Amino acid sequence: MDIHEYQAKALLKEYGVPIPFGGLAYSPEQAAYRAKEIGGDRWVVKAQVHTGARGKAGGIRVCSDEHQVWDAADELLGHRLVTDQTGPAGKGVYRLYVEPVVVFDQELYMSMVLDRASERIVLAMSASGGMEIEELAEQDPEAIVRVIIEPAVGLLAFQAREAAFACGLDTALISQAEQILLSAYRMFRDHDATLLEVNPLVVTEDRRLIALDAKMSFDDNALFRHQNISELRDKSQEDPREMSALDRGLNYVGLEGNIGCIINGAGLAMASMDMIKHAGGEPANFLDIGGGASPDRVAKAFRLVLSDDRVEAILVNIFAGINRCDWVAEGVVKAMTELEVGVPVVVRLAGTNVEEGRRILAESDVELTTAETLAEAGERAVASVSREALREG
Amino acid sequence: MSIVIDETTRVVVQGVTGRMATFHTEEMVEYGTNVVAGTSPGKGGTEHAGLPVFDTVKNAVAETGAQASIVFVPPPFAADAIMEAVDAGLRTCVCVTDGIPAQDMMKVKRYMRTKRVERRMQLIGPNCAGVISPDRALLGIMPGHIYTSGPVGIISRSGTLGYEAASQLKEEGIGVSTSIGIGGDPINGSSFKDHLQAFEQDPDTSIVLLIGEIGGPQEAEAAEFARDHMHKKVVTYIAGLSAPKGRTMGHAGAIVTGSGESAAEKIEIMRECRIPVIERPSDFGTAIAKMI
Repeated sequence: MDIHEYQAKALLKEYGVPIPFGGLAYSPEQAAYRAKEIGGDRWVVKAQVHTGARGKAGGIRVCSDEHQVWDAADELLGHRLVTDQTGPAGKGVYRLYVEPVVVFDQELYMSMVLDRASERIVLAMSASGGMEIEELAEQDPEAIVRVIIEPAVGLLAFQAREAAFACGLDTALISQAEQILLSAYRMFRDHDATLLEVNPLVVTEDRRLIALDAKMSFDDNALFRHQNISELRDKSQEDPREMSALDRGLNYVGLEGNIGCIINGAGLAMASMDMIKHAGGEPANFLDIGGGASPDRVAKAFRLVLSDDRVEAILVNIFAGINRCDWVAEGVVKAMTELEVGVPVVVRLAGTNVEEGRRILAESDVELTTAETLAEAGERAVASVSREALREG
Repeated sequence: MSIVIDETTRVVVQGVTGRMATFHTEEMVEYGTNVVAGTSPGKGGTEHAGLPVFDTVKNAVAETGAQASIVFVPPPFAADAIMEAVDAGLRTCVCVTDGIPAQDMMKVKRYMRTKRVERRMQLIGPNCAGVISPDRALLGIMPGHIYTSGPVGIISRSGTLGYEAASQLKEEGIGVSTSIGIGGDPINGSSFKDHLQAFEQDPDTSIVLLIGEIGGPQEAEAAEFARDHMHKKVVTYIAGLSAPKGRTMGHAGAIVTGSGESAAEKIEIMRECRIPVIERPSDFGTAIAKMI
């Protein structure tokens, strides 16, 4: 789960990492008021969206009076910000964060990630902040210092100092950097984060280190023990279909194609999507109905897949281990009787109770195509879309 | 022979009294697995699914000589259950539980290393289907009837794709020596490489099917191992060609975050290591039939 910059900064502050004094705004009036509250004569108005590369996309505005703050807020709020990382649909801007402009001498990069290769939390730092880390890694990989953190002892003071020295910070700043890194690590560990990126971490004119931006993600599997983090979820930043799937206990990822998928198991779901692609089609979604799916859960999956207007055919592919083909078949019949499906449906059943499942489908009066194998399933789903197109054309 | 387990391996089921655990315990017993005990803290001294129940894994080991366990404990307590298995001196542990926090798994893996190499437990999973050696033993949740015994070793992240492969092989009249689900979590126990190593030594296995997916470095590591250290044939399929970057596809570990993690890149790495790639997941059976 991702959170906003202002939320990540609040967490950093709680652990003693210096951040600028900022304020949240939901309206232009509020933004102007925040600027006044903050004081000074220059501010940044920052769109709070779950994506990087906001600056380049115009999501961060520098203003030098309250009217400009009001105007910037008015332009940003309620609009969608399209950055290099959002895809063409962009992300809606509904919250702004107002901060004073911080004048700095130097920009650093700092991140912590849960690294799969070392199975550790890894700290990365660089003296060249402000750039995307991918860009940095490509241009000058030597400039990135990496520290692997032992979970039993956590980040050690000497490791933090080594990283700070490697970034060329002068002696006066080393102890500040050490404190910041140790605090940030504790915050990361305590909340089961998977990513913390502070880019840039700046050295101000008066020789202080401040986190100027912050990006954070958390381990979904650990949210059960972090109520305070779960509450930070901003549904406006996520696909509404995925949110409603989450509420129904289904695992859904919206994609761009037109063949809706209802599958059990993440691997088989990805493989079925690959089959659709090989057969010349495009999947509309990833959907794993999980193990032990009741007829009711299958029917819910239909409703969810059909809520996407782009869907022109549905492929149900079940290889039942802990699932039961008869339950899935009942769910398919139930959904197709109760809902106006209106698109061709291809069903492939295999595994536990498959005979019973096929019998239920055959004896029902719903109109669908069956398939025996994975290959047939993919081909028939793609063919049903083109047939439908021909009929309508 | 088979790898990981056989019909003599004495098994304890951790969290045996749960609904899922009860169902799968009965399935495993019926398949012929030598299940000797269950654990459930506070229910020691009772009986469940025809098995003696113990409060702790240590007690179960002392009383029954259990050597391996399968964990059906809910996510908040599953890491603790695995570490209890380590402490009790078990040699093999399959963890089926889906949803264990990654930091808990970091602790588990560190704790496993507190045992000397020759006494170290092998963890399979979490978030996996387990292990099956057809006609010998099942330590997992696979539907036993789709497997026949034969020369193909299967290692898969996904459970269902492992089933798909086994049933396609059966259609071709080809059997399986051992099939292992290593699980879909970002930090897991044994890796593709660990099991390739074991299959290379197993006289019953002549060819290994490796079913990978997007995310993480384990497929690449396995490819290099197969190229440099294996005499047996390895063939692969990588799921997730149509998965977009940065999105989690069901498995917590199925997410492309950096370079080398997409299906296309992994396929490229496999080919560079001269490992044949099955492009369509509908061709597991026919492709392997041609290679045997």
